[in-house]
Amino acid sequence: MSVGRSLYAATLAGVLALAVSPASSQTLRYANQGELKSLDPYTLNESTTSAHLGHVYEGLVARGKDLKIIPALAESWEIPEPTRWRFHLRKGVKFHNGDPFTADDVVFSAERVRAKGSNFLSRVPADAKVVKIDDYTVDFILTSPNPILTALWATWYIMDKKWAEANDAVAPTPAAATTPSYASLHENGTGPFVIESHQPGVKTVFKPNPDWWRKPEHNLKEIIFTPIANPATRVAALLSGEVDVIEPVPVQDIERVKASPNATVLTGPELRTLFVGMDQARDELLYSNVKGKNPFKDVRVREAVYRAIDVDLIKNRVMRGLSTPSALMVAPEIFPSKDFARPKFDADAAKKLLADAGYADGFEVTMDCPNDRYVNDAAICQAIVGMLARINIKVDLLAQPKAQYFAKVLKPGGYKTSLFMLGWTPDTLDSQNVLHDIMGCRDDPKDPNRGEANLAGYCNKQFDKLADKVLVESDATKRDQLIKQAFEISMKDWAYVPLHQQALAWGVSKKVKLTQGADNMVRLYWATKQEE
Amino acid sequence: MLAFTLRRAIQAIGVMIAVGIIAFSMFRFAGDPVNQMVGMDTSGAERAAIRKSLGLDDPVLVQFGRYIGNAAQFKFGVSYQFRLPVTNLLIERMPATLELAIVATIFAMLSGILMGVYSALRRDSWLAHVFQAVSLIGISLPTFLIGVLMIYLFSVTLGWLPSFGRGDVVQIGWWTTGLLTLSGLKALIMPSITLGLFQMTLIMRLVRAEMLEVLRTDYIRFARARGLTTRAIHFGHALRNTLVPVITVAGLQFGSVIAFAIITETVFQWPGMGLLFVQAVQNVDIPIMAAYLMMVSLIFVTINLVVDILYTIVDPRLRSTVSRAH
Repeated sequence: MSVGRSLYAATLAGVLALAVSPASSQTLRYANQGELKSLDPYTLNESTTSAHLGHVYEGLVARGKDLKIIPALAESWEIPEPTRWRFHLRKGVKFHNGDPFTADDVVFSAERVRAKGSNFLSRVPADAKVVKIDDYTVDFILTSPNPILTALWATWYIMDKKWAEANDAVAPTPAAATTPSYASLHENGTGPFVIESHQPGVKTVFKPNPDWWRKPEHNLKEIIFTPIANPATRVAALLSGEVDVIEPVPVQDIERVKASPNATVLTGPELRTLFVGMDQARDELLYSNVKGKNPFKDVRVREAVYRAIDVDLIKNRVMRGLSTPSALMVAPEIFPSKDFARPKFDADAAKKLLADAGYADGFEVTMDCPNDRYVNDAAICQAIVGMLARINIKVDLLAQPKAQYFAKVLKPGGYKTSLFMLGWTPDTLDSQNVLHDIMGCRDDPKDPNRGEANLAGYCNKQFDKLADKVLVESDATKRDQLIKQAFEISMKDWAYVPLHQQALAWGVSKKVKLTQGADNMVRLYWATKQEE
Repeated sequence: MLAFTLRRAIQAIGVMIAVGIIAFSMFRFAGDPVNQMVGMDTSGAERAAIRKSLGLDDPVLVQFGRYIGNAAQFKFGVSYQFRLPVTNLLIERMPATLELAIVATIFAMLSGILMGVYSALRRDSWLAHVFQAVSLIGISLPTFLIGVLMIYLFSVTLGWLPSFGRGDVVQIGWWTTGLLTLSGLKALIMPSITLGLFQMTLIMRLVRAEMLEVLRTDYIRFARARGLTTRAIHFGHALRNTLVPVITVAGLQFGSVIAFAIITETVFQWPGMGLLFVQAVQNVDIPIMAAYLMMVSLIFVTINLVVDILYTIVDPRLRSTVSRAH
């Protein structure tokens, strides 16, 4: 654009903005603490990014307001045999550039999402065959039954084969890309919005897609997304009416936002479960004064730690009431917990258990904790340090930013921790993910990915057998029974100490109506903004 | 003179290399970039492949050689977060930071000089005391606190000024400016005051002290004896002689204004280089961190070099001591 024209345009825009500012009511401004880094839907498997891209891209299935799987680009599907899924695609759907959506695009997307550099490899099993039957029918042929095949597909976005080929974007943009790719700066989805302009880390403007196949539930003519990293500035921008929706609202500001005349806070339980883990794999703890043995290998010590942590106190004092204490390693929305009760807090019993285990005088251990990842994470750990001190376990707290914390405790860092706090949302919204990734034995020769995030190194072969059965069981009732049995075993082993589900807190202008999902994905295509 | 300039230039290169070494050694403690680039449940094999392709598994010396080699050619690679060339990102963000820094410096100079002159001439007036109090606040309150307080007063309570961002910007070639739109100008007010407050305090105190000093000198007395107007004495003679050190300090401070913009930009979500850097630190985006640190040190070194050279031109005594010392 020439200088003269852009100056003119800017002046015009300025004049227009002044003239019509009261009527710009259907422009929704949204600020999140994080930024939208890449538009390539296969680069970063993270819920905020997927939520943003869900406005422009769609999967074969979607999640409804109750988070149940609903049809999207696939109109319907059936499972003629346990290892074959048949999807009937929606007709008449167009990508934003006008290309029609067909079975070729599904086959292409299934290849691209499994290609080197994709961060979504597990979306489609590596050994599954994707076969085009006709233009609007696709078969997925699996090597073993998988009842939750579609569980992750709401965020497996379908891309346009023709567009990708024309723009040299057939390969996914890898996290370690050394050259910028077209797909990371441009989008071509089928979704309710198109991206009009995208300045990475600064501002992204969405406009409604007039040819969307679904009837829009929103009344927006524009969404302007800006990242605002500083929590105080983010809250100020909401209170002053410069933005309409913010995520998240810091816990200490919730009351103030609620008391303000023009905004309120939507809170609800989040699906993420926070828990404490104890290294029970090593023969000697890395960071402890107990030498030659590992106290956490003793089930009594683990029970003592469990019983010494008062989750209600954490809820009332640290979380200001905004947490749901949890008995299970998954949220009740994922697996109903009514059959499980959290063992009671009991410091005296904990002391006795420690004495029985031979640690009447306690011991010293270092706890790893992030300080910028979860709601009040470092404060929770601080509270736990105090609680464990009461049973004479002297904890040295190492609270670090997430970059350093994860580098130390995760698998690539060698699981270097003795006691830690972690939070986890199974992205399948299914218990199997937790049974496999967090509680499965590490070093399973048949399944190297099992126990990938099992920082505590909990291992029980019987438990793993149940987890394997859960994976292939198609009958929902039987499956729930198996999951229940698995959780019972882990509770008997005092494998982990689940703490709570933290609360979601979205700041929303009183002019905006919005549906909040427990998966913390902000979906503005369900938002309506009232006229001024 | 040439020898002196050359010597200074070599010293400047030495400083840049030192900054490079310190920066590189710090990156090793910044954390694992791969964790920030992929989702939580990414498998170990995938992570290892990314580490390998980024060259993070190479021996430290190899990594260091590659880093210095690239830095010397101003090749900073591709940002880990945005998958865009770092040079492009910095150029895109540079106008925001420079505009803010320049406006903040102008604000600091103008108000600092005015307040300084006033409080030197009317030392005991109540306004001079107010200025002194303001300067105390400016020097002792941390920037982010001033920024947040201003946001709460002018954006949330009064609703006069925007609390974040740059407003509407106009694109002129590769430069973007907020100076040509109303919302852009409004958005500049609070960040530039926040950023310039410390410099303003400094300049005000400097001007005041220098003015008081100059007003006591003989030539001012002679000027008075000649019957010149007070106005001519104060502004024609005293102020002009005060300004030499003030301009020097302001020039030297310009580098730190750019560097300290980090905090102001974070508070106001100002889309400049400082904000980019802070986010890079949080996400272990080493290419951006490296490029930013090298760039800021280059600005500092250049300003100092220029000032050094100018000094020797202005003041021949310096030149002779320098040549005698060696």
